[in-house]
Amino acid sequence: MEKRNAKFTREIVVPGDLLDDSGMESGNNTYTLNGNVYANILGVKSVFQNTVSVIPLGGRYMPSTGDTVIGVIIDIGPSNWLVDINAPYPAPLHVNEVPWKVEFGDTSRYLGLGNVVLLKVLMVDESKKIQVTMKDSGLRKIEGGELVEIPHSKVSRVIGKSGSMIQMIKNMTDCRIFVGQNGRIWVDGDDENTTVTVEAIKMIESNAQSSNLTEKVKAFIESKLPQTSDDDVEDEEE
Amino acid sequence: MSGHTDMVLVDENGMRIDGRTAEEHRPVLIEAGVLSNADGSAYLEIGKNKVLAAVYGPRECHPRHLQDPNKAIIQCKYNMEAFSVSDRKRPGPDRRSIEISKLISEALEKVVLTELFPRASIDVYIEILQANAGTRCAGLTAASVALADAGIPMRDIVPAIAAGKADGHVLLDLNKEEDNYGQADVPLAIVPSTDDIVLLQMDGNMTREEFDHAIDLAYGACHEVYDLQKAALKKRYSKTSKGADSDE
Repeated sequence: MEKRNAKFTREIVVPGDLLDDSGMESGNNTYTLNGNVYANILGVKSVFQNTVSVIPLGGRYMPSTGDTVIGVIIDIGPSNWLVDINAPYPAPLHVNEVPWKVEFGDTSRYLGLGNVVLLKVLMVDESKKIQVTMKDSGLRKIEGGELVEIPHSKVSRVIGKSGSMIQMIKNMTDCRIFVGQNGRIWVDGDDENTTVTVEAIKMIESNAQSSNLTEKVKAFIESKLPQTSDDDVEDEEE
Repeated sequence: MSGHTDMVLVDENGMRIDGRTAEEHRPVLIEAGVLSNADGSAYLEIGKNKVLAAVYGPRECHPRHLQDPNKAIIQCKYNMEAFSVSDRKRPGPDRRSIEISKLISEALEKVVLTELFPRASIDVYIEILQANAGTRCAGLTAASVALADAGIPMRDIVPAIAAGKADGHVLLDLNKEEDNYGQADVPLAIVPSTDDIVLLQMDGNMTREEFDHAIDLAYGACHEVYDLQKAALKKRYSKTSKGADSDE
């Protein structure tokens, strides 16, 4: 929504900066005081229709309902697992929310400590209690491959405009890639291809602010992996 | 405050021993995002003071009994290095550093939107690398830049500076000699957008008029420091963002 307009007002704001005093609506990451809108976070000001908001430049990942994330099992209970999804709070995964029939107390047979899983955030309530689920298409336990962590604010750059960046990387490296909204990215493929993909992701992370990034990443992968004509790649869904 | 000296702290021209006028603060340097392992960080120099602040979180609150189900808590740790003063400082928390930690965390709680992160904890670590009077203000100033750098939602950034009295003159931003041999020290921290006070102490004696004058000086200087804080945060991102397009 805010995408188009963010371009025109690419202005970095800090907490307490006055964003608007002409009666605009206060959007995300802003607050109003005496009718004026102020920023409450370090980020980029964006104006869309009659709403001013701030797109954060950093900060912790806050889960929201419907996010797909990559989690690591950190604790096992008799009827649930505790999953670290990079949020300020641990996320319990209940046995009813996994695709297997699990007997009470038999949880560790299915998912052990340190296992990596693809999850969906089922619900986040007012007191920030999180529930996650594995009962959806494509959600599963991950085996093999490599896990990369980047700041969650840069996930959108890795995906690119309507998936252009991630599609390009998938096509060129022949890797299976899954990008979690929490900044964890799972890459699986040939050893060499995986290494190059991970490097490319790191490159996106460190150059997230630069323009024409897709072209730069393309050139980088081409230099590392001389492309043979392999356009017949099956696409793993993000 | 208590010591006596033959030193002339303010000469007949109103000049101080480090060449400042009464209404001048020491040169301030602020840099944001200096540490890569912390979520947010800042380095600050004011005169001979050197301060490093780091922020982690919001993250799960440890120890558990400190959790607040309604809001996040801010846990602050102010620490002076053993080498920060001319006599070796005995390392570890003492009465003074516990007081300052509490003071700073309470000042920051007023601006951070803690209610967005119930049960969580935001940890602030302040290390005084070199001390020359006014470290609590320097520490708070650095900590609020580090919080903003960590992407933590807050109403405003908090600047802090001290005013005081030495040699019978009301002075802004006392240095070590003025603090040790002066008559009063008044640290002040404000929320610039509303001019609310979040920290105010007084050590020593002043008349009511002198106090009002000291507060006025400190208010003015706080707004100057505030501009430097904002500039430091913006500078961190403007370096890399020239000509950038944002396809969020």
